[in-house]
Amino acid sequence: MKKNTILCSLLVLLVSAALCACGGDKNTETSSTAANTSSEDTPTTGGSVVFGMTQDLVSLDPHQITDAGTRSVVFNIYEGLVKPTSTGDLEPAVASDYTISDDAKTYTFTLRDGVTFHDGSAVTAEDVKYSIERYAEIQGESSAFSLLDQVEIVDEKTVAVHLTEGNSEFLANLTLAVIPKANEDPAGNPVGTGPFKYVSYTPGQNLTLAKNENYWKEGAPYLDEVQFKFIADTDTAFTQLQAGTIDIMNYLTTAQVQTLSQSGSQFEIVEGNMNLVHAMFLNNEYEPLSDVRVRQALCYAVDRDAINSFLFDGKSHIIGSHMIPSLQTWYEPEAETVYTYDVNKAKELLAEAGYGDGFDLEITVPSSYSQHVDTAQIIVEQLAAVGINATIQKVEWSTWLEDVYTNRNYQATVIGFDGTLAPSDWLQKYGTGVSNNIANYSNEEYDSILEQALAAIDTDEKAALYKELQMNLAENAASVYIEDPADFVAMDSRLGGYTFYPTAAWDMSVIYVKEGAGQ
Amino acid sequence: MKISIKKKRNYNLIIGLCLTGFFALMALVGQFWTPYSVTSMDPLSVNVAPCLAHPFGTDNFGRDILSRVMNGSGMTFFVAICTVLMGAVIGTVVGALTGYFGGWIDEIIMRINDILLSFPSVLLALLFISFLGPGTVNVILALGILFIPSFARIVRSEMIRCKELDFVKSAKVMGVGPFRIMFVHILPNTLVSMLTAAAIGFNNAVLAEASMSYLGLGVQPPLPSLGRMLSEAQSYLFNTPWYAIAPGVTIILIILGFSMISEGLRAVER
Amino acid sequence: MKYILKKIVTLIITLLFISLITFTAFSVIPGDAATARLGTDATPEQVAQLREEMGLDDPLPERYVNWLGGAIRGDFGDSYQYDTSTVASLMADRLPVTLILAVMSLVLILVISVPLGIVSARYAGKWLDTLINQVSQVTMAIPAFFLGILITYIFGLILSWFQPGAFVDPSVSFWGCVASLIFPAIAVALPKIAMVVKFLRNSILSEMPKDYVRTAYSRGNGKSRVLYVHILRNALIPVITFVAIIIAEIMAGSIIVEQVFGIPGMGQLLITSISARDYPVVQAIVTYITAIVVIVNFLVDILYRLVDPRVKA
Repeated sequence: MKKNTILCSLLVLLVSAALCACGGDKNTETSSTAANTSSEDTPTTGGSVVFGMTQDLVSLDPHQITDAGTRSVVFNIYEGLVKPTSTGDLEPAVASDYTISDDAKTYTFTLRDGVTFHDGSAVTAEDVKYSIERYAEIQGESSAFSLLDQVEIVDEKTVAVHLTEGNSEFLANLTLAVIPKANEDPAGNPVGTGPFKYVSYTPGQNLTLAKNENYWKEGAPYLDEVQFKFIADTDTAFTQLQAGTIDIMNYLTTAQVQTLSQSGSQFEIVEGNMNLVHAMFLNNEYEPLSDVRVRQALCYAVDRDAINSFLFDGKSHIIGSHMIPSLQTWYEPEAETVYTYDVNKAKELLAEAGYGDGFDLEITVPSSYSQHVDTAQIIVEQLAAVGINATIQKVEWSTWLEDVYTNRNYQATVIGFDGTLAPSDWLQKYGTGVSNNIANYSNEEYDSILEQALAAIDTDEKAALYKELQMNLAENAASVYIEDPADFVAMDSRLGGYTFYPTAAWDMSVIYVKEGAGQ
Repeated sequence: MKISIKKKRNYNLIIGLCLTGFFALMALVGQFWTPYSVTSMDPLSVNVAPCLAHPFGTDNFGRDILSRVMNGSGMTFFVAICTVLMGAVIGTVVGALTGYFGGWIDEIIMRINDILLSFPSVLLALLFISFLGPGTVNVILALGILFIPSFARIVRSEMIRCKELDFVKSAKVMGVGPFRIMFVHILPNTLVSMLTAAAIGFNNAVLAEASMSYLGLGVQPPLPSLGRMLSEAQSYLFNTPWYAIAPGVTIILIILGFSMISEGLRAVER
Repeated sequence: MKYILKKIVTLIITLLFISLITFTAFSVIPGDAATARLGTDATPEQVAQLREEMGLDDPLPERYVNWLGGAIRGDFGDSYQYDTSTVASLMADRLPVTLILAVMSLVLILVISVPLGIVSARYAGKWLDTLINQVSQVTMAIPAFFLGILITYIFGLILSWFQPGAFVDPSVSFWGCVASLIFPAIAVALPKIAMVVKFLRNSILSEMPKDYVRTAYSRGNGKSRVLYVHILRNALIPVITFVAIIIAEIMAGSIIVEQVFGIPGMGQLLITSISARDYPVVQAIVTYITAIVVIVNFLVDILYRLVDPRVKA
């Protein structure tokens, strides 16, 4: 965050210049391939941005939100004691400092001075306690908060979170939003401490946010106003992007990226990753798929590189297990190469398992996600080469949630899962009998390593165990893991600063209007 | 003046039959043979513009668009034929029974008929399919149900009209059973109006199937369907307009063929 | 009077019938509003809690009766998919948009198709008639969504005559809203214009050989006078019925056109509500559309009586 202070001082000098700069020279640059942040230009304060997204918000009550899209949006309104950074770490936010006891059972936070809610009131220890307890109650017993013993108000500025067992990953859960205890309607009247404050929300249309003038982080945010516009249809959204109705849109397809660069329009393409485990999940209890050799055959038969090049121009990160590469501490790169595309090997394994003539496989896909439907189309073709007769069953998202996710009444499905910064969040769902174990995976060795990993406190030891888990999933072919898909974001070239996070966050506080780009 | 109208009447039927015949033939061939495989993908020939090897170009997966249009229009015809057949058969039976016997069942069924007729068909199909789930069979079911009323209405009014006519009365006197009267004596009279209704039905079925597929509710991928090809093409229109043109024009010409046939038939009827 | 009473009873029965069907269907299809809203990251406790709040665990007949009781009092309840919205507030946002679009399309249809139909009939068999005929035949064959796509790309992106997606809410500026809906209205209207032109032309032509026309000519009336005064009055009667069907079609057509142009109208709300299993909203929209369709039919019936005194009971 050193860069910020330098930028800020520069900013003061340049504000007057920026005010005089009147429109004119449109940036003709079409694309840049910066790794994590878009190209650096001199930022100015002020201006507004319309961010186009293809889903609506589930709720504005931060504790009720369960989907990645909504979380990414309210990241701008709310903050926790700590908040995720773009590098996958946690930095103090509402708290200025924290300590973790050696047994990882007590987390003690010192509240930051001068942090106020959007309604002007100061954040108190009471508010923090209320927020944690409210969140824990909503999440229920099957969440990580079953570990929560109590939240203790040590003094006005200090809060201690006590756990029943030591857990060194618990900090990631304390990114939960701190909200004022006095607010009786958090959903209808959202009040937080984040860089932007709530202005209005029209269901199915948009959410408008305005700059939080009293934000604790100096110089942030740059923009005066941000609007999130909901456009249900990707193609319609893309049309609106081209027409200039929206300024930023993410999750572009390669074809859309091509369109933007070929039509020589004034957009900059920023590349990152979606931070999803994109995979064809297999129901390990379904008859042919219960045989590990059949699952391995599927892994050999699916050409992940082909999917990557068809859909993401080869920019995705190929994965081999249920973890995203951005979580570097926990990620096991070895898993990527357990399987390579090998039709003969796949046929051999199928023959060995007694399915030499292939079998029928139905791949259920939620119809609203073209990315998953396209992936399934490619997989069907690839499986045909080893004699497996795969078909696609497109279902509505709510049907998918009930039939596939909740009842696990499916054979195979293509979907992407996101997660938090805590590695357990990703890997716990393969434990025997866990409520969100979509693959119906059950492996004694896995369960015992998982138990050790959760209990481990030392980071190195923990990482080694989590890596073992990833290899276990890969070797037993729990599912066909494909990639962490590339995320192409198109941004009007008058804007700069787009930053990717390894967790659900579309951070608008770092977006700025470039100097001289005009309004 | 009459002569000139008569001339055009023939044109409508002839051109309509030619158009429909051509596309039906193409679709039929497309079920057994296409220049390229319908589903196989070729990373080396993605988004190829129309050329000798690919007269309509290729799509974003490198699949030949001509092959997909040929095969996909087969699905369009299949859905249209099934729905019209379903509507015509059930509609005829319902219309014949209610028209011939009358009574309170007639009253109730005709009320339901009226509701179905007055309700926007796309909306009803949309509701039906969201209940049944997407898929070819469900589209056929949903659209088929929607087509029942128009056929039922035609047959019913014919039944009511003929019931009192001399030839029916004399048939009754001669001891001919009611079903024989309905289906052997009266029904043939409705042939031309049924054919017209069928042509309109085909027209609507093709339109509705395309709309359903456009909304992603119809034929499941990777099998091609004209409507879904169009919705996929929407995001590529700037760079690869040929992707949209081939299926779009095919839909338009198939519908045009059917509407010209119905126009021609109506003239024959007059 | 008896006639009106009968029609009102029909309206009520129709509404009950449709709402019951929608309700039953919604309880049969997989997926419920609670899981749909919470997605994959929710804990089972959260889902259970929300289900209870929404009353999804109550027995089916009880839920229907509850809904019906509210609906009769004009209270359609709370939306399932949107945390803080009532169905009424959602409808209040969306209904005007769809109505404005529908009225604009209808005006376009009538203003363009009636003159064209008359011209076409008047010059029946001539090149002008043939031209109008062929053009309308082709126009009718273009699916609404394809037309929408073509209009967006040609007029929106290539010619930049309008900005796709730049929708102005009627509460902000009524005329701004009208302006932003012009191209979508054209997409809805164009195929219907072709239909009405054709229908009106044939209707006029079928009146031509009738006795009263010959009488009018024999009284020394000019061709135009006969056409506009005598024939048109009779020829328009079947067109009125046809327009009633068209109104129902406009409501349906706008569902797809709203999707293509990204207009936040009722059609769009309906589609999102179906996939979110937001039953109260779907029920309300379906009820509204049914009511509009039935009422329009009813009005047309009455109009029919006024224009043509021969029609009775």
